[in-house]
Amino acid sequence: MTKSNQKRFTQAIIRKGIYGDTMTENGCQYRERVLTMDTMNPNVKRVEYAVRGPIVQRAVQIERELKMGIKKPFTEVIKANIGDCHAMGQKPITFFRQVLALCAYPDLLEDSKFPEDAKSRAHRILQACGGGSLGAYSTSQGIEMIRQDIARYIERRDGGITCDPDNIYLFTGASDAIVYPLYSAALAELAAVQISYYLDEDNCWSLDISELRRALQEAKKHCSPRALCIINPGNPTGQVQSRQCIEDVIRFAAAEKLFLMADEVYQDNIYADGCKFHSFKKVLFEMGLEYSEKVELASFHSTSKCYMGECGFRGGYMEVVNLDPEVKVQLTKLVSVRLCPPVPGQALLDVVVNPPQPDEPSYDTFIKERTDTLAALGEKANMTQEILNQVPGIKCNPVQGAMYTFPRIHLPPKAILEAKEKGQTPDMFYCMKLLEETGICLVPGSGFGQRDGTYHFRMTILPPKEKLKIVLAKIKEFQQHFMEQYS
Amino acid sequence: MSFMKDITPLVRNNFLSGIDVLSRRAAQITVEIQQGERTNYNKVLDLSSGDLHRGGIKPITFVRQVLAACFYPALLEDDSLPLDVKQRAEILLSECDGGSIGSYTDSSGIAKIKLCVSQYITRRDGGVPSSPDNIFIKSGSQTALMIMLKLLIRSKDSCQTGVLIPVPTYASFTLALEEQGAAIIPYHLCEEQGWTLHVEELRKALHTGRKTCNPVALYICNPGNPTGHMQSRKSIEEVIRFAAEEKLFILADEVYQSCVYGDDTEFYSYKKVLSEMGSTISSTVELASFNSVSKGFMGECGLRGGYVELVNLDPAVKEYARRLFSTRSCPPVIGQIALDLMADPPKPGDPSFPTFSEEAQSIKNMICKNTGRIQEVFSELPGISCQPLKAGFFVFPCLHFPPKAIKWAKKRQMEPDMLYCLHLLEETGLHVRPGCEYGQRKDSHHIRLFVATQQNIMEDALQRLKTFHMRFMKEFS
Repeated sequence: MTKSNQKRFTQAIIRKGIYGDTMTENGCQYRERVLTMDTMNPNVKRVEYAVRGPIVQRAVQIERELKMGIKKPFTEVIKANIGDCHAMGQKPITFFRQVLALCAYPDLLEDSKFPEDAKSRAHRILQACGGGSLGAYSTSQGIEMIRQDIARYIERRDGGITCDPDNIYLFTGASDAIVYPLYSAALAELAAVQISYYLDEDNCWSLDISELRRALQEAKKHCSPRALCIINPGNPTGQVQSRQCIEDVIRFAAAEKLFLMADEVYQDNIYADGCKFHSFKKVLFEMGLEYSEKVELASFHSTSKCYMGECGFRGGYMEVVNLDPEVKVQLTKLVSVRLCPPVPGQALLDVVVNPPQPDEPSYDTFIKERTDTLAALGEKANMTQEILNQVPGIKCNPVQGAMYTFPRIHLPPKAILEAKEKGQTPDMFYCMKLLEETGICLVPGSGFGQRDGTYHFRMTILPPKEKLKIVLAKIKEFQQHFMEQYS
Repeated sequence: MSFMKDITPLVRNNFLSGIDVLSRRAAQITVEIQQGERTNYNKVLDLSSGDLHRGGIKPITFVRQVLAACFYPALLEDDSLPLDVKQRAEILLSECDGGSIGSYTDSSGIAKIKLCVSQYITRRDGGVPSSPDNIFIKSGSQTALMIMLKLLIRSKDSCQTGVLIPVPTYASFTLALEEQGAAIIPYHLCEEQGWTLHVEELRKALHTGRKTCNPVALYICNPGNPTGHMQSRKSIEEVIRFAAEEKLFILADEVYQSCVYGDDTEFYSYKKVLSEMGSTISSTVELASFNSVSKGFMGECGLRGGYVELVNLDPAVKEYARRLFSTRSCPPVIGQIALDLMADPPKPGDPSFPTFSEEAQSIKNMICKNTGRIQEVFSELPGISCQPLKAGFFVFPCLHFPPKAIKWAKKRQMEPDMLYCLHLLEETGLHVRPGCEYGQRKDSHHIRLFVATQQNIMEDALQRLKTFHMRFMKEFS
């Protein structure tokens, strides 16, 4: 009998009451629980999540300490770790919030303070909801009218390439969707194996097919590679894939029979000159039937990023392309087991894909707000790269898109040693110290993966411009001090 | 040919083919009606799902006013909104980063809202302490339940993890358990006694279950879905004692706790009863209790707000539970706000209280009238009977089919109650669910009827059912 079977056998005997008196009410004070570290699902132990891990917990603790009046070298914690636009002061788009308010409390449809175009959209959305309420369940796949609207948006975006609303699945944010095929922390839960491929830091974090090939060959020795995940624009790197690169990836996926998963949630966040967003679907369909009829693709988008920044709504969708019909039936059934995605998030998606048109009352305000938000991000992207590249020991690739910078930091050997002694990865050690001394919260590169012997951190470019300048100045100061201390 | 056809067997083995047939047909008929192809009725009457708003009930005004102000804070300058609405919206917005509901929140939920929920629980349980640290908010109680199952179920073990579940129980839960690789150990509720839970039945089921799997959890739905049953305090104590003796983790699905109608019925939470059972049991029996904004007077299914309260968990395990609850960023903020409003509704003296109180009470009155009407109609019909409704949103009437009807269904290779429902839908446009979806004793048949709907809709449904049922019983007598 194996050890674990032995243990189970013994436990079973105890349960059945052979050791009768341990089971009475007057039995032992502390009894072993049903759910212990030994009995719980072992897969759970593999679950980690760097962005909200120990460094964030320490940041929250420090915030509490500041509130209690404990003196620190800074007066506030700046959470430049997570891509949360509104938390950093970005304003919501007025039109979207008006439509949602009208949907939530339809009495407001009589209120003259709301523009007609907002009212007509709210009215239309409510008609598609059960009982005319955001509070009714929708179908698991998402409200049909909204999926149709999203399909039309995708067709416009991709120059007319057909999109079937039946291939659109709404989710509680893109992260939820990605599980249905898969992703990092989710991989651990699902007991799948992550195969890492390195992006090329020396070439602006571009994707190198030969590196993909290398990773794949290595992996084939111990698992069956099935899917290839691409994030474009990239997180944490901010790189925007060139059209050529996307074609090469598609060719590679076709040759190696890989299911493509394209996370495109930052598709409106493009800043660098000469960079343009090319959707995987559009490129695929312009590559001829040999590819467009065969390569399987799932692409993802959400309300959390771009110029909306509505993370809290948990609105997102997935479009599937070229799925085997039987597999699609299974996917639909899998999706139908869970209840529906949040209806406010679905409603928001609908307005995002149906923004005010030039002849509508809200158009001017909408365009101004969107343009200003994206322009501000672009400015901050450039500023960040410029300033960080002036700091000795920090090297920063251009932030072509998305919302982050992922600079490389050169850590002196003494620092690396001290980190090891503390049982921390060197970049965690660096980021923790930065947090304690400046109140700036970043995410160590080890949370995202990096080449051995290299260290990075991820910082968002979201704080308001003036605050960002201060943050960058503080990082510069900290870096200089750090280099001196550990040289 | 796609390699994806080779998808996980776990996923493929799942789905009962019958589940979608009825809903698909209902959708088709709706289209036929729109295209003018139908004359026997002009609308499908949908009493198949537990959706208050879809059934025509208006949302609670206070709730929607607060939500609107949170969506569009410019409304806080509006004269039309009552003071307590504005105050609540302001407090909630101040708890959001950047003062916006568009920001991420803490993965387990906004701290102030967890505190509010814990205070609600303490009040409900007459002072039994509840800590926000043991509360995790998710996008619905089902999401939280699935995460607890993930913790408990060891899908890779050669000996399957077993979960005791009541028969009848709602279908998607059974499917979810299968999907997670759990072994289902059914225990039957006693229909003749109003769907009561007998511990002897639990014991029998567990004994059988132990032969083929490793039972670790006991799932209870109280108040019950679809049965409408509510456990007595004594019954809850017995179940807890059973769980203590047999080392089972209690999963208490209590989402219908605020939908109680019976004259002499009172809801007892598992946590409260547990707390009053002596220190050995009350400090060691592990319990997860679930609640949500989808049911009760809120009926806000689409907003996706729910929570779990964990009791007596091993601290090391709780740490991992916390991580599991944090992997999917945060629960929808609007759902969290709805939870706050559910846990802390307007009080006497608040400007919104009169309207709120009236709206909540009218829903209760409506359901009571509906169930009264159901008993009246059924008492005049042969071959259909219904246990009294104590709580929840559904009744689960028993159909006593004549042998001819059973034979007819066998010929068509379908469950008799499914066939009954299909024909009921086809001939009268009434959509209800068959008992075979929920599990029932062999050779017994049921339908599940949603009762939290407007009285005129209920009356319409009962007339359609009556007409069909009379014809059906006559034809097969």
